[in-house]
Amino acid sequence: MDTNMINTAFINTSPYYRALTRKMVLIVIVVSFTPMILVTGIILRHFSVSHHEKVYAHLGELVQKHKQNIDNFLQEKLNDIMFLADAFSYSQLSDESFLNRQLVALRRNFGTVFVDLGVVEDSGRQVAYAGPFKLEKANYADSQWFEQALKRRTYISDVFLGLRGMPHFIIAARNRFAEKPWILRATIDFVSFNNLVENVRIGETGFAYILNKAGRFQTKPLVEFSPQKGCYGHFFSCEEPAVKGIRITERQDESRRKSIYVTALLKNDDWLLVYKQVSADAFSDLRNTQHIAVVIFIVGGLAIIAMAFWMSKRMVERIARADKEKEMMNQQVIETGKLASLGELAAGISHEINNPVAIMVEEAGWIEDLLEEEDLKRSKNLDEFLRALKQINTQGKRCKEITLKLLSFARKTDSRAHLFQINALITDVVALSAQRAKFGKVEIETQLSPNLPEVEASVSEMQQVFLNLINNALDAMEKRGGRIKINSYPDNGNVHIQLADDGPGIPRSNLSRIFDPFYTTKPVGKGTGLGLSICYGIIKKMGGEIHVKSVVDVGTTFTISLPTEGGRLKPAADAPVANPPENDTVKKGDAP
Amino acid sequence: MTLANVLLVDDERPFVETMSKRLRKRDIDVCSAHSGDDALGLLETSNQVEVVVLDVKMPGMDGIETLQEIRRRFPLIEVIMLTGHATVESAIEGMKLGAFDYLMKPCDMGHLLEKVTEAVARKRKQEEKIIEARIKEITARRA
Repeated sequence: MDTNMINTAFINTSPYYRALTRKMVLIVIVVSFTPMILVTGIILRHFSVSHHEKVYAHLGELVQKHKQNIDNFLQEKLNDIMFLADAFSYSQLSDESFLNRQLVALRRNFGTVFVDLGVVEDSGRQVAYAGPFKLEKANYADSQWFEQALKRRTYISDVFLGLRGMPHFIIAARNRFAEKPWILRATIDFVSFNNLVENVRIGETGFAYILNKAGRFQTKPLVEFSPQKGCYGHFFSCEEPAVKGIRITERQDESRRKSIYVTALLKNDDWLLVYKQVSADAFSDLRNTQHIAVVIFIVGGLAIIAMAFWMSKRMVERIARADKEKEMMNQQVIETGKLASLGELAAGISHEINNPVAIMVEEAGWIEDLLEEEDLKRSKNLDEFLRALKQINTQGKRCKEITLKLLSFARKTDSRAHLFQINALITDVVALSAQRAKFGKVEIETQLSPNLPEVEASVSEMQQVFLNLINNALDAMEKRGGRIKINSYPDNGNVHIQLADDGPGIPRSNLSRIFDPFYTTKPVGKGTGLGLSICYGIIKKMGGEIHVKSVVDVGTTFTISLPTEGGRLKPAADAPVANPPENDTVKKGDAP
Repeated sequence: MTLANVLLVDDERPFVETMSKRLRKRDIDVCSAHSGDDALGLLETSNQVEVVVLDVKMPGMDGIETLQEIRRRFPLIEVIMLTGHATVESAIEGMKLGAFDYLMKPCDMGHLLEKVTEAVARKRKQEEKIIEARIKEITARRA
């Protein structure tokens, strides 16, 4: 739309509207984003916390369960061996065939967990052995486990390669025979023990392993890496509070990835069960949720920003339009006020001028009277005297006419409104002007719609309006002659009358002033400059509108719109715009 | 008997003076007043006046008020309103209040004379009627 283009251009150029747009955009964005950020942030934070708690609880439980499993496993095996050591005598157990039978019985009851059994005397020499390896008479005097085992009632060793060259660990129970300690030892199958922790697998990176105090693996870890002592040392010291023997920390692992470590001490704090999982993996659900939230946030944010810009633009456009309308209205009010105050002024002037003019005319009349007397009648300049007096009289009458017009501009002559047919009035006025038109070689054509509603107006005022307009057109076409067309037609409850001439048109520079009082382009003495302002005042007063279109050398068209009932113009799609002085590009060149 | 006996009322002295001279020259008896009060006082003392030519716009008591007063106190005297106002309203008001006619300033002498003559004629006719009525009354009484 045309107006929209104008408005957009207007908004873009006016710093006031640009600032307004900016402010609105900012407010909308801030107001929309603040709660969005707050809500998203709070929810994400809470979700993150509870998710962490949930994951920690889950892992803690998992590790605790396995800790118990492992402890139970070890305790069980230890108990078995202790039972054997206590239930049978040294001599019985030293018998290899007896020992073999016991091993078979153990393996039958507990599976292949027990690899072999052996009885070792205090010198370190293995007295009896049952198992798959040829370890009879092996000497364990220098073995670390043997030293430890001698010192206490029961002992479970770390995993080591030992004589057989395979990872294994030993469960030993000490007993005494003839004041000398002897030891029953059993080797636990590393594979079955390993299964206990190897089964702990969560996600892609979660796995468990067991370390001893030296930081050596007691199980086969899923991923080969070398645990550093420093990294795990602190898990053995009990500075940090452990919940049910479980400690959960998050730190960087060997490959500098943030990982969760869930640890529990085993085997009388000798071993450490470690469950390790890369944080990103452990919290992948949280990460996914965060990603979704971020995507929604960005998309939503973009939508809000786009909306803010679009809406602000629309709003400011509307405001600009309203402002413009208001400005136009103000101008109209000013225009009306100007005419009104000029009217007051005109009334005052005409009163004041009428009296002196009346006196002057009377004095001239008196002189005329005196000239009648005998002696003066013979004066040779009598004719000149009479001519001058006549001229004074004529000019006095002219003054009277001017003041009359001024007054009718201020206070209309018979201004009482009647309902009447405008067509009849137009026909009358045209008939009145017919003589003058004939002399000016102007043809007046009327095309009057027969079924017009009656308008409520003052007949004499409307006569004045049409006489003024027709006279103006006749004056304009004085030199060349031409044609005046008068149309009347009803439209949406209003009555429109168009008066078009094909005269010289009105130059653009005169356009805005033709309705101003005292504005005239006629030679001095020919026009008062009040005609069109009187027309304007009359039409406005009765709630109608008058506007003008003119093209130089093509002609001028005045359009009058009159209300039919209620004294108000009904808006129509093609209703003329209200403010005539502003309205059209080119206007009538003949004077008001 | 003169053509008419006119009282000219206007606050513009030069106008009244010249107008008086011109009317006298046309064989009309003229006396003048410069305000409504003066006019009423003059009417009080003299019963010669037949027609009052009255300006509508005067300081103090204005034309309309003066007209009302004249109509009240001297109902037989005709009043011609003289107005600088081109307003039909004031003229209509004057007519309603019983003015004989109204004229616009500056007025044509011929026109004024015409109106004055008409007014005088009417007044004299009315007076005649009254006299006739009285005579009838008296004769009726005697009969």
